[in-house]
Amino acid sequence: MNTAAFVVIAIITLSGALAAATLPRLIHAALSLVIVFVGIAAYFFLLGAEFVGLVQVFVYIGAVAVLIVFTILLTRRDIVSNRGINWGGVIIALAVFVGLLWIILNTTSLTLPAPPFEPLTVKQIGQALMTNYIWPLQCVGLLLTVALIGALILVMEEKTE
Amino acid sequence: MIPTLQLFLIISSALFSIGLLAALSRRHAIFILIGIELMLAAANLNFIAFWRFGPQPQPPVGVMVAIFSIAIAAAEAAVGLALVIAIYRHYRSTNVDQLNQLKG
Repeated sequence: MNTAAFVVIAIITLSGALAAATLPRLIHAALSLVIVFVGIAAYFFLLGAEFVGLVQVFVYIGAVAVLIVFTILLTRRDIVSNRGINWGGVIIALAVFVGLLWIILNTTSLTLPAPPFEPLTVKQIGQALMTNYIWPLQCVGLLLTVALIGALILVMEEKTE
Repeated sequence: MIPTLQLFLIISSALFSIGLLAALSRRHAIFILIGIELMLAAANLNFIAFWRFGPQPQPPVGVMVAIFSIAIAAAEAAVGLALVIAIYRHYRSTNVDQLNQLKG
């Protein structure tokens, strides 16, 4: 696994995430979120999960980021008065990070090198989806249908009697 | 220095904390959704990293969980953004501090 690629992707991803969390303008934050998703997809490629990386690019960048940008467009009169940071949230997030870091650094079994790896083909993923994971697949299909219908009902125009 | 599981876990915990920061400290509803998306992406990174550094060969459990998690995140984003639009139509605002009608 390439160390230089790891460091470069880490810098890009974390700076994008910080920008997405702290920039005052909503549209800038949404575009920084795209950078974070690209970095995560690059990590998936680095880890040998090419299919998940592609799904990440298609679903997150192609659908979720565009959806966020459209929502910003539809609610754009509400830009003012959203400045100001709640410092309690900052303290809680820092505490969570320090706690997780302490646990990770104190677990010695995490420093082993990666085992040898035979690449996972899309055929294997498809076979697993159609055999062992057929019920989760059906449930996700049902969930997506319900979410789609629910989202449509939520944004339907309210009829004023 | 070869990337180990530890480094991936540190990166994903940093991403999770930044997502938590965005979800807790911003007052705009869309920022809260962005924070939730960041936290879900960090969890996906953990799934794939544990799958890659686990014993080989094995069934692609981590990959499957990550794929289902991405699908559920897409559904969550669609419903969440629809809620933001509905709230904006009703209150003319997406500041979550103003949505206090249920307060006793």
